[in-house]
Amino acid sequence: MSAPRFNLRGVAAIFAAEMARTRRTLLQSVVTPVLTTALYFVVFGSAIGSHMREVGGVAYGAFIVPGLIMLSLLTQSIANASIGIYFPKFTGTVYEILTAPLSAIEIVVGYVGAAAAKSIVIGLIILSTAAFFTPLQIDHPAMMALFLVLTSVAFSLFGFIIGIWAKTFEQLNFVPALVITPLTFLGGAFYSIDMLPPFWRTVSLFNPVVYLVSGFRWSFHGSGDVSLAASLGFMTLVIALCLGLLIWIFRTGYRLKP
Amino acid sequence: MPIISIASVAKSYGGFTALHDIDLEIERGEIFALLGPNGAGKTTLISIVCGAVSMSRGNVRVDGADILRDYRVTRRKIGLVPQEIALDIFATVWSTVSFSRSLFGRPKDNAHIERLLRDLALWEKRDAKIIELSGGMKRRVMIAKALAHEPDILFLDEPTAGVDVELRRDMWGLVRRLRENGVTIILTTHYIEEAEEMADRVGFMKGGRLVLVEEKTALMRKLGNRRLVLTLAEPLRALPAALEGWHAELEDGGRRIAYAMSEDAEKGAAQIIQRLGEAGVHIKDMAMNESSLEQIFVDLVGSDAGSQA
Ligand SMILES: Nc1ncnc2c1ncn2[C@@H]1O[C@H](COP(=O)(O)OP(=O)(O)OP(=O)(O)O)[C@@H](O)[C@H]1O
Ligand SMILES: [Mg+2]
Repeated sequence: MSAPRFNLRGVAAIFAAEMARTRRTLLQSVVTPVLTTALYFVVFGSAIGSHMREVGGVAYGAFIVPGLIMLSLLTQSIANASIGIYFPKFTGTVYEILTAPLSAIEIVVGYVGAAAAKSIVIGLIILSTAAFFTPLQIDHPAMMALFLVLTSVAFSLFGFIIGIWAKTFEQLNFVPALVITPLTFLGGAFYSIDMLPPFWRTVSLFNPVVYLVSGFRWSFHGSGDVSLAASLGFMTLVIALCLGLLIWIFRTGYRLKP
Repeated sequence: MPIISIASVAKSYGGFTALHDIDLEIERGEIFALLGPNGAGKTTLISIVCGAVSMSRGNVRVDGADILRDYRVTRRKIGLVPQEIALDIFATVWSTVSFSRSLFGRPKDNAHIERLLRDLALWEKRDAKIIELSGGMKRRVMIAKALAHEPDILFLDEPTAGVDVELRRDMWGLVRRLRENGVTIILTTHYIEEAEEMADRVGFMKGGRLVLVEEKTALMRKLGNRRLVLTLAEPLRALPAALEGWHAELEDGGRRIAYAMSEDAEKGAAQIIQRLGEAGVHIKDMAMNESSLEQIFVDLVGSDAGSQA
């Protein structure tokens, strides 16, 4: 009658299967972000950057590195985690997850853990790619790592929720395309919100992505648009909200278990 | 102690009640066949026991443990082959079957997986991607996945739908071997001969209710009458007096005599033929009809439908 308290093998199996899926789509998963980053550097870093001097004492090329990484972390985390759970729902293989001796926490750790791990790897790849284009300066490496991990986890959780909520592929792409991408572009990835007129600066403070980019940029260059505490606080809030929602989802079986 | 006991289980999907208070006990080591028309609630009931669907009311115990509170214990004991084939088409046979084993928390056992794949004639295909398999092979992969963690109870939801005759025989063989190894099997099917061939007990579902649960042989004895039908050379106007007190009837304008066989040894087939011979009735042809589970099932569903109308 005894069963282990934690189904570690089950979690590892989900994690490994998700990682194997990445390997199958290696081109999309890894090469695309690298290529995109390189393009951003050519366009923003070299073409535009050559006409810009510095932002807050940092060369423009180096200035956009944290924003670029954040952009990829957000989109990749959401995309990977949402497709990770949407796909089994779509093909019907989710029956196996639901009938296995796995708790809600274990399912989340498996899927979200894999999506977050993938994002972190991509973030590091982009960081190395950026190093080819501009000299890197990381003032607070530990904080940078913390932001990298927290952002990946927070938005993988968010993506996992979207994957459970989505009933169609359109819905799956809806939130990332219509909400996340605009917010990211308006979130100070490529500029400091200090460069905006006062009104838009205030509006920007309602954009959650500003807090992410700002905190991350602080870990690189020692300065950001908002305080470090606000950035960390916001991240914690996102994680807490997502966890709360997930508890409700697994309690009610919402769109997962009829 | 029954290996599964289902008590007052009900299920509503939104406003629609798919199951009304189901009570059912499955004995250890038996093969139980669940029959019933489309939409009767067979899949819903199975899915509840396996944890793929949540119940609205009631209580299910597997080997004495509650499926909600002790789900880690109960789910390890259960393997499910769902009605629909659902596989990651890009995975290989080997990887998807070992994935299932790990998912259920079992340590790696390549020998077991190899045995399974050989048993299911999938060994040659172990490195093939699912997308490269035929429908019948995919169905066998589903079975291999369900057995990967060595369950004590196997649910087969229409295992032989869309499967050719040979593979069907193979599956029946597999089910028998599993039972010999002590695995309890619950299967749903629309093929009556499958239930007739395999099951120890049969349950009929209809409209979300379990209409009847019975030992197969008892059921057939109770409801299945054997009839002897004698075709006559010359039509008769009335039954010969020699058959007074026998359960015989004239049919087809006197061209046939239908006789409901009884347990009475004095009133067997030989005796009726002899009596008719003595009475000068010439018999052209004879046939014995044994009503199958299918007939019983049609009668049951038919009469029920009639009473509802
Ligand atoms: N997820 C669902 N949401 C709403 N209704 C459902 C759902 N699943 C099943 N039903 C309904 O519940 C009833 C029972 O369905 P179920 O699949 O259990 O029947 P079944 O006996 O397995 O039928 P079949 O022989 O066709 O497989 C049907 O009326 C069906 O439409
Ligand atoms: Mg069904």
